Amino acid sequence: MEQFSALLSSANLQWVLIGSLLLGFASGVIGSFVLLKKQSLISDAMAHAALPGVCIVYILFQTKTVPYLLTGAAVTSLIATQSIQTIVKWSRIKTDAAIGITLSVFFGLGIVLLTYIQQNATGNQAGLDSFIFGQAASLVKGDVQLIAAGALCLIILTALFFKEFKISIFDPQFAKGLGLPVTFFNAVLLFLVVAVVVIGIQMVGVVLIAALLITPPISARYWTDQLGWMTMLAGIFGAISGVSGAVLSTAIQNLPTGPIIVLSASVIFLFSLLFGTKKGLLLKGGRNA
Amino acid sequence: MNALTVSNMSVSYDKQLALENVSFSVPEGSMTGIIGPNGAGKSTLIKSILQLLPTVSGTVEVFKKPLRSQRKIIGYVPQRSEVDWDFPTNALDVVLMGRYNHIGMFKRASKKEVTWAKHCLQRVGMQDYASRQISQLSGGQQQRVFLARAMAQDAKIYFMDEPFAGVDASTEKAIIQLMKEWKNEGKTVLVVHHDLQTVNDYFDHVLLLNKTPIAYGETNRVFTLANLEEAYGGKIAFLQQGPKAAKGST
Ligand SMILES: Nc1ncnc2c1ncn2[C@@H]1O[C@H](COP(=O)(O)OP(=O)(O)OP(=O)(O)O)[C@@H](O)[C@H]1O
Ligand SMILES: [Mg+2]
Repeated sequence: MEQFSALLSSANLQWVLIGSLLLGFASGVIGSFVLLKKQSLISDAMAHAALPGVCIVYILFQTKTVPYLLTGAAVTSLIATQSIQTIVKWSRIKTDAAIGITLSVFFGLGIVLLTYIQQNATGNQAGLDSFIFGQAASLVKGDVQLIAAGALCLIILTALFFKEFKISIFDPQFAKGLGLPVTFFNAVLLFLVVAVVVIGIQMVGVVLIAALLITPPISARYWTDQLGWMTMLAGIFGAISGVSGAVLSTAIQNLPTGPIIVLSASVIFLFSLLFGTKKGLLLKGGRNA
Repeated sequence: MNALTVSNMSVSYDKQLALENVSFSVPEGSMTGIIGPNGAGKSTLIKSILQLLPTVSGTVEVFKKPLRSQRKIIGYVPQRSEVDWDFPTNALDVVLMGRYNHIGMFKRASKKEVTWAKHCLQRVGMQDYASRQISQLSGGQQQRVFLARAMAQDAKIYFMDEPFAGVDASTEKAIIQLMKEWKNEGKTVLVVHHDLQTVNDYFDHVLLLNKTPIAYGETNRVFTLANLEEAYGGKIAFLQQGPKAAKGST
């Protein structure tokens, strides 16, 4: 216990807490719009597709400098999104199948490259595999500060575009009629998803970061019928999950962070599913606003 | 002055022409009924005017300027709103979306805007449902919310695609009353309409359409049995007493 409180007071852990809190909040907020736009699965494919990007940068440049690795992640993630759209447009394959194909091809490639890197280990390769499930404890202060600052920017950006996202997701035809650049807003949202995936993968990992985008908004929807509250609640749920994941995985040796974050998010989801005031199972047919 | 001038509008879906060379102009402060059988291209016409779909040819001018620069003064109610009804939003919120161009980018709605939106809900008799999530409204109530949203836009020219579909008689009356007020304020209204009985009563201009314009002009000159038969083909038979009866009624 003493050990634990010492841990909590360490400067690095304080940054880990701030980082995971802001990252969780950003995921929840951005995820709300992704969920309403019915793009949750695409965000999962984008996350998995970040892995080969990280590996390719490492192989080509023999560097573990985080910004470089993350740039690689962003590039392959965007290529995956583009390929999903291209497949849907130019073939008879439907969106769900296109997402499945893309996700497995990119993730498969990522795993192959990762194995290759590990077999040709030079002693400095350790740590790349933490991109799969995330490892908060292994993060240095600089990485966490990057996560915190990045997440804060994303939260501010999303707040700025709140009204525009709302109209163009709810009724794109009407938004176009108003003269709104709907395609541009779609691109902004896509950019936000890539950004949150990229800054989050060190902590949560490519496999599970999408769960942090998807689960908190779904839970939040059980408590409110208003978009403003939904995004706020989703942010809070995301933050709680992020912080509990970071703390537990740091306190207990060798526990990966991503799975704990997702487990916390799932507990919140189960609770919301049962007790949520809007269509929660136990209150179903009860009060209506 | 003409509020709207459409020249040589042609639209095709795949390789099938849905509209062929439609040209007409609508005077400011008029109320035009767009009439024609199912599949005549009425919705297509409105969407192509608003540049919501690609066109083969054609130009559109709104108050002598290209449409692109005039979006803020245009209001549109689609035939069926294809929205996610489970979206976390309520009736008042939807109506507020109509105020977007008045509120401006990145800003929140002011009290004044909210009051105006509530007033619009009241005009369509929906004031008691302001905070109701939209999936918990009946079909007709949903339609009324979307009409209130168009009203909230405070546009100068309105395009309404079958606004009365699924709306009860008293609401239809209230909305027509509202549109007539708009007309008196100098607003221009175009309405896709199916009920031939009420055409004489509602509209001062009529566009009869069936892929191409059959006739366009003042209602009493255009809305004739001969023109209707041409627009509807053989299908007019069972509607025959429509325009005749409408003349005497109301
Ligand atoms: N998205 C589409 N793809 C292909 N063809 C279409 C599409 N939309 C409409 N059409 C065709 O174009 C023609 C005109 O359709 P439109 O919807 O404009 O008719 P309408 O006059 O509004 O009919 P209604 O009275 O039933 O609303 C129809 O023959 C229709 O089959
Ligand atoms: Mg139609």
